[in-house]
Amino acid sequence: MDSNFLIEGLPLFYKVGFSNIIFGFKWAPTKGSFGIFPMIVSSFLVTIGALLIGGPLGLGCATYLAEYAGKKRKIFLKPALELLAGIPSVVYGFLGVVYVVPFVREIFGGSGFSLLSTSIVLGIMILPTVISITYDSLMSVPRAYREGSLAMGATKWQTTWRVVIPSAKSGILASYILGMGRAVGETMAVIMVAGNALKIPGSILDPLRTLTSNIALELAYASGDHRLGLFSTGVVLLIIIMILNYIANFVIRKRMIK
Amino acid sequence: MKIDQRFTDKFVKISLNFQAYFTVGILLIIVFIIFLKGIKHFNLEFLLTFPEDMGRHGGIFPSIVGTILLVLLSLLIATPLGVGTAIFLTEYTRETKFTKIIRFGVESLAGIPSIIYGLFGFIFFVIKLKMGWSLLAGALTLTIMILPTIIRTSEEAIKAVPKNFRMVSYSLGATKWETTTKVVIPSAAPGILTGIMLSVGRAMGETAAVIFTMGSSLRLPTSLFDSGRTMAVHFYILAREGISMEKAYATALVLVLSILCINILAYYYMHKVMTRYS
Repeated sequence: MDSNFLIEGLPLFYKVGFSNIIFGFKWAPTKGSFGIFPMIVSSFLVTIGALLIGGPLGLGCATYLAEYAGKKRKIFLKPALELLAGIPSVVYGFLGVVYVVPFVREIFGGSGFSLLSTSIVLGIMILPTVISITYDSLMSVPRAYREGSLAMGATKWQTTWRVVIPSAKSGILASYILGMGRAVGETMAVIMVAGNALKIPGSILDPLRTLTSNIALELAYASGDHRLGLFSTGVVLLIIIMILNYIANFVIRKRMIK
Repeated sequence: MKIDQRFTDKFVKISLNFQAYFTVGILLIIVFIIFLKGIKHFNLEFLLTFPEDMGRHGGIFPSIVGTILLVLLSLLIATPLGVGTAIFLTEYTRETKFTKIIRFGVESLAGIPSIIYGLFGFIFFVIKLKMGWSLLAGALTLTIMILPTIIRTSEEAIKAVPKNFRMVSYSLGATKWETTTKVVIPSAAPGILTGIMLSVGRAMGETAAVIFTMGSSLRLPTSLFDSGRTMAVHFYILAREGISMEKAYATALVLVLSILCINILAYYYMHKVMTRYS
């Protein structure tokens, strides 16, 4: 499928010029400007925001599940956390609009449709990915490591923080990268809470438009070069995702060899 | 001052405990909000009547039918293809360049966001193959989207079938095909089913890939080339265009509850499978 995609997306790169698309600041597809630089930056910003919120929380949850939770709690908590992944992204987006956006507006000001709201919603959405992969990598740390550390008089937390988590480092990293992949690719939830403004956000309270929302917002009515512009957006998105997946797979594989 | 290690230990334990329950709390709150706000406008009539005035009044009958048809159709294509690929990869071939390419393809497909599938389906099925916004285009797009899940879970399930089962079957004079269909597949069936159920959950909630391939017509789809609107798309349009919050919540209730039921069933099954072989 990817080749078909490139065939549709590439002509515009020739016509308009690669750098005019990637580094162009102006998106006015009906007037021949196809700059998607602000969207690339926005996509990265929401991804990093999502990671800042979902990363530590996900690590905490996974650590609790793997190291602290008893069997009974685990049986309830683990499936419940995985069910978070089953809730459709439109529902997250909708609840984001109804609860997160007004919350941000009340507390921090601005319209509420912002980088911050988007990061919060995406941060929650990447939790299942981060938790399940981090949990697996924590569980694969050999028991002997923990016993060795405890035997030397270390407390449970010293063991977890200094022995278990460092040993599972690459798995945790992989979970973060895959979480980033999920956040970059998320569409419907982002459209609903991000505000979709066509510029690089100056603060965390500014609205923004990501690569994914650019495609979804305009695909239904675009034609001609405009449509090609959206395909180019898709190609850039695809390349970013492929790179992230490649890195994640590389990290996981390196660990398996170890 | 030196911090008491025992104090740190207790503090950390409480904090991690809090984080885990906070996260589960988010899930529960989401489900409760949808349930409480949706249940008021939910009744049998809502499920069985046609929407009126863009969905402001009436029910969601065509969306329910559209969702079921779309999911069934994509399963109908994806299941034989996915399970077949998994059987081929595990039973009928050794690790070669070719299988590596297939695995790489499956892995890459798995991480691709749904909007890319939507864009691809729109270019290829809707425009190139001239299917238009239709049930068929939507189903084919979803097929590509859920294939990696089905292939992976089926592969895992088939690999988990103990080698002895196959050996015994061969020693009784069964052929490879008989062994595969009568011994391996039945033993792996619960695992395969789990993968299929998880795919159903994913397909039902999908919006970005469906809205550009199946369209958003509110009529009841009667042929493969009719456009239609799934519950997820209906919910998105109701909510985003501010048509009706009440109907949006009620639609979300039906959607979320059915997905949760399917997923809970899938996890229950998976749990059963895992305890069986370990």
